[in-house]
Amino acid sequence: MNHLVIAPVLMPLVTGIILVLGGGILSLSACRALGLAAVWVQILLAVELWQLIKDGSVLVYHLGNWPPPWGIVLVADRLAVWMLILTAVLALFALLQASQGVDRAGRHFQALFQWQLFGLNGAFLTGDLFNLFVFFEILLLASYALLVHGGGAERVRAGLQFTVINLVGSTLFLFAAGTLYGLIGTLNLADLAVRISQAAPEDLGLIGVASCLLFAVFALKAALAPWHLWLPSAYAAAAAPVAALFAIMTKVGVYALLRMQSLFFAGTSPLSGLYGGLLLTLGLATLLLGAVGALAATALRQQIAQLVVASSGLILVAFSLETKTGIASGLYYLTHSTLAVAAFFLLAESIARGRARFADWLIAGTLPKQAGVLGASFFLIALSIAGLPPLSGFIGKLALLQAALASPHWPWILGVVLVSSLILILALVRSGSLLFLNVQSTGRSALPPRHKRDSLWPAFGLISLGLALTLGAASILELGLMTAEQLLAPGVYIQAVLPRVGS
Amino acid sequence: MEVLLSLIIGVLTAGGVYLLLRPRTFSVILGLALLSYAVNLFLFASGRLALQAPPIIDPAANQYTDPLPQALVLTAIVIGFAMTGFVVMLALKAYAKLNSDQVDGRDLPDPKR
Repeated sequence: MNHLVIAPVLMPLVTGIILVLGGGILSLSACRALGLAAVWVQILLAVELWQLIKDGSVLVYHLGNWPPPWGIVLVADRLAVWMLILTAVLALFALLQASQGVDRAGRHFQALFQWQLFGLNGAFLTGDLFNLFVFFEILLLASYALLVHGGGAERVRAGLQFTVINLVGSTLFLFAAGTLYGLIGTLNLADLAVRISQAAPEDLGLIGVASCLLFAVFALKAALAPWHLWLPSAYAAAAAPVAALFAIMTKVGVYALLRMQSLFFAGTSPLSGLYGGLLLTLGLATLLLGAVGALAATALRQQIAQLVVASSGLILVAFSLETKTGIASGLYYLTHSTLAVAAFFLLAESIARGRARFADWLIAGTLPKQAGVLGASFFLIALSIAGLPPLSGFIGKLALLQAALASPHWPWILGVVLVSSLILILALVRSGSLLFLNVQSTGRSALPPRHKRDSLWPAFGLISLGLALTLGAASILELGLMTAEQLLAPGVYIQAVLPRVGS
Repeated sequence: MEVLLSLIIGVLTAGGVYLLLRPRTFSVILGLALLSYAVNLFLFASGRLALQAPPIIDPAANQYTDPLPQALVLTAIVIGFAMTGFVVMLALKAYAKLNSDQVDGRDLPDPKR
């Protein structure tokens, strides 16, 4: 049993506790340094974990040394560690941006940030359905507080709606978990997978109902249509570093859907294909609705939030293919879209501040300060998100389309992906030209600069990671293929958690 | 007993869903509370209903009740309690900030005015 598996969960928890307890003693810069150091350590831990499981082994950690299925387990396989690395890297840049002053707008920002990471890392690592619920609650509770961080009427209104909708989701989660436990008698994911495949035919109906309830819960988190309506107002209202971190929150839902699909509803399961069909139809609808929403948005941050919705749809379409190349392209696109959208949120904040009273409304206004740099960054991110060559979005979409050709539904997938890309290009061209070209007066904004020049380094860092993703596309897609291979053979995961079952 | 319990869960859920769909935050919070009561009872029942049976090993017992749902319910109650507390505070803050207790932050036109 390797204790490294639990380290990414404990690290942010302990850091958060220290930050709260030491709140009175530690200076602001000490808190920032501690938070940043903790995030750095999480990156190192995640990379170290990847080294351990690169060969395809699955690390299982028994909490309290209770053997599963009685005890709770943490499981590190390639998919989980992939998400851990992405989360930690994203958190680093979000925290760098927050440390420029946003964290002063309210109390305990640094601690809440760490606890959000605690919930995220736990949700990726856990191998137990009820524990997944608990980690969801932890990350949500931190996100409720982070969303209203800084205050203001708009944030409180969005925060209340976000909280209520997620509490309803949590209740549904409990109903689903209770139904599954009542029928099957276990909550361990690997054990559930084994017992679902051996379930009596008369139980399959109710298992299907519980699985559909679970699907609704995770689709709500992943912002899959028709459960995506909460997202735009919440993400558009959040402070920039918070919104950037939230870019990974929809991916938790996406991750959970992929995990359930690969464990419970894979090829030989009696309910195989239950999620695949739903994911394909709803994913395509989400993609189209997100693209249209981006075209209709009246402010830049709302538009970016719609881009989050569209990217969720695209990733889930890729996962619905249930093939090696499909899942690999989905993982690549997931990484790309998380980084690109986070960079976009950071950039939008600088643009909004530079335009003074026009903020980020998509209307002709004054040219923001630093317009050259901001415009160039906007152009790079927009190219990448719209999926135009040569950046990472293009590679991700190309890989998806190639994988989709093997599917019987390929005309639908190709049609919707290409049409939505066109709509996204139109939307981004519209906002880019309104923000940077269609300028009312050439004079600088009359307001005196209240803030010192924004440092754009965190946004630049995320953009350059996107460029690295483009340059290293071949090797990252290769890693994606390895991860997909492991997911398509759930026997390895089950065998690692329950050694006695397979033999 | 099964019929009674399922009726209670059903009524609580129906009431919770109805209140959730109301426009004012107070009824929405009550709806959330009712739903969480319903789900707690439901979780409890997922380990089957057994009367006067111990959950832990006892040499004198010949029938046991499942201890796991009790642990789950305990966790769910704690989380539900914390969440309800949080959402009450948030709703109060929203009422103070927005001057309205509507969930969407906008007041309905008052017919008396």
